[in-house]
Amino acid sequence: MFTPRMKLADLIKANHNIMLLLPRFGIPLGFGEKSVQDVCAAHNVPVDFMLLICNVYTFDDYLPDIEQLAATNMQPLVPYLKESHRYYTGERLPHIEAHLHHIADRVEGKYGQILKQFYADFRREIEDHFKYEEQYDFPVLLSLQNGERRKRSQMSHSQRSHSGLVDKMNDLPQIVYKYLPGNVLPEETIELVFDILQLSADIQKHALIEDKILIPYVDWLERSMK
Amino acid sequence: MTPLVSVLIVEPSDIICEGLRSLLHESGRFNVLAPMHDTTSLEERLPAIRPDVLIVNPTLLSATPKQQLAAIATMRPLMPVFALVYQYVECSLLECFSHIIDVRASRSSLISTINDALKSGSAKTVKVETDENYELSDRETDVLVLVAKGLSSKEIADKLSISVHTVNSHRKNITHKTGIKSVAGLAVYAMIHNLM
Repeated sequence: MFTPRMKLADLIKANHNIMLLLPRFGIPLGFGEKSVQDVCAAHNVPVDFMLLICNVYTFDDYLPDIEQLAATNMQPLVPYLKESHRYYTGERLPHIEAHLHHIADRVEGKYGQILKQFYADFRREIEDHFKYEEQYDFPVLLSLQNGERRKRSQMSHSQRSHSGLVDKMNDLPQIVYKYLPGNVLPEETIELVFDILQLSADIQKHALIEDKILIPYVDWLERSMK
Repeated sequence: MTPLVSVLIVEPSDIICEGLRSLLHESGRFNVLAPMHDTTSLEERLPAIRPDVLIVNPTLLSATPKQQLAAIATMRPLMPVFALVYQYVECSLLECFSHIIDVRASRSSLISTINDALKSGSAKTVKVETDENYELSDRETDVLVLVAKGLSSKEIADKLSISVHTVNSHRKNITHKTGIKSVAGLAVYAMIHNLM
């Protein structure tokens, strides 16, 4: 498990995906040999929260229990999740779409069109999902963090539909590498599949944070306010 | 009288080996074999030693622990393999094991942990991956097309005059054979394969 006195560079050496998390915390590169706690202090990021996320992203079995969440500064949770949404919808999904269209447009017959349609539906679904969370789920936590109780929308809604999104994300790369005719732009197609797999792994951890951290934490805050 | 269960310990520390040996010995149920201090010749010697239980310090495994454990499991499919843990071990490494012995475990829990594993181990049927047929059957293809058209399992059952349970079992097989899980993905599969 990562600890505050470790070098930030060592965390990235252990799991290079942590680099993707740094912009979501507002931490720039170029941190030299500084420890996690020093880097976090320099950018006003609570180190316990940052490590919580890094540990979830790195250790597959790791999930904090409620005592640990209660002892962690969870103020950055909603901003972090929103920033992740922005990265997915503002950067990765359009990037993958452009790439996918570039390939699909060169595929003969109906295949390209079928793939584009599947992606368009998937993208719309995931964006609606994020919008719903930002509109209905996140404000519940923000109010509780400000000491106000707020009538709760059904937070289990988005939790339920994560599995549908994860299934589609599992299917998308397979459709590309198994069923698309293989003679079109092979190098670019492989690159596209890697991009999708990377995003898929990222979003699965993101969904885990929402299902197993956000929701239990909100439940706990509600209970403890009674 | 039930035969003794032979236990092989693979662990570099004599103190740990001897402690474990004496705890197991006391129970009268185990025959503790001469311990090994590393895993370099483990696979070679397994067929000769034929232990019923293997207790191994996970840090001793090769650089590809999953493969090494898979090789061990192939040779002794019914033998439970325990990770013996008393220092920091990476989660990913620990995940390769189905059983764990924590060095802080009490005498009684140590024995019961091993007994439980032996019970579940012998009841377990060993799953052998054979040349499976990944082609969809005619019936599975019928179901796939109806799923792709957006019908529920109940509607498909009515249409094909089979039970919902049978439909669900076809759906499970379709996903197992194709790797595709979502309805939208199955629709793509059906269209690309000219099934609809």
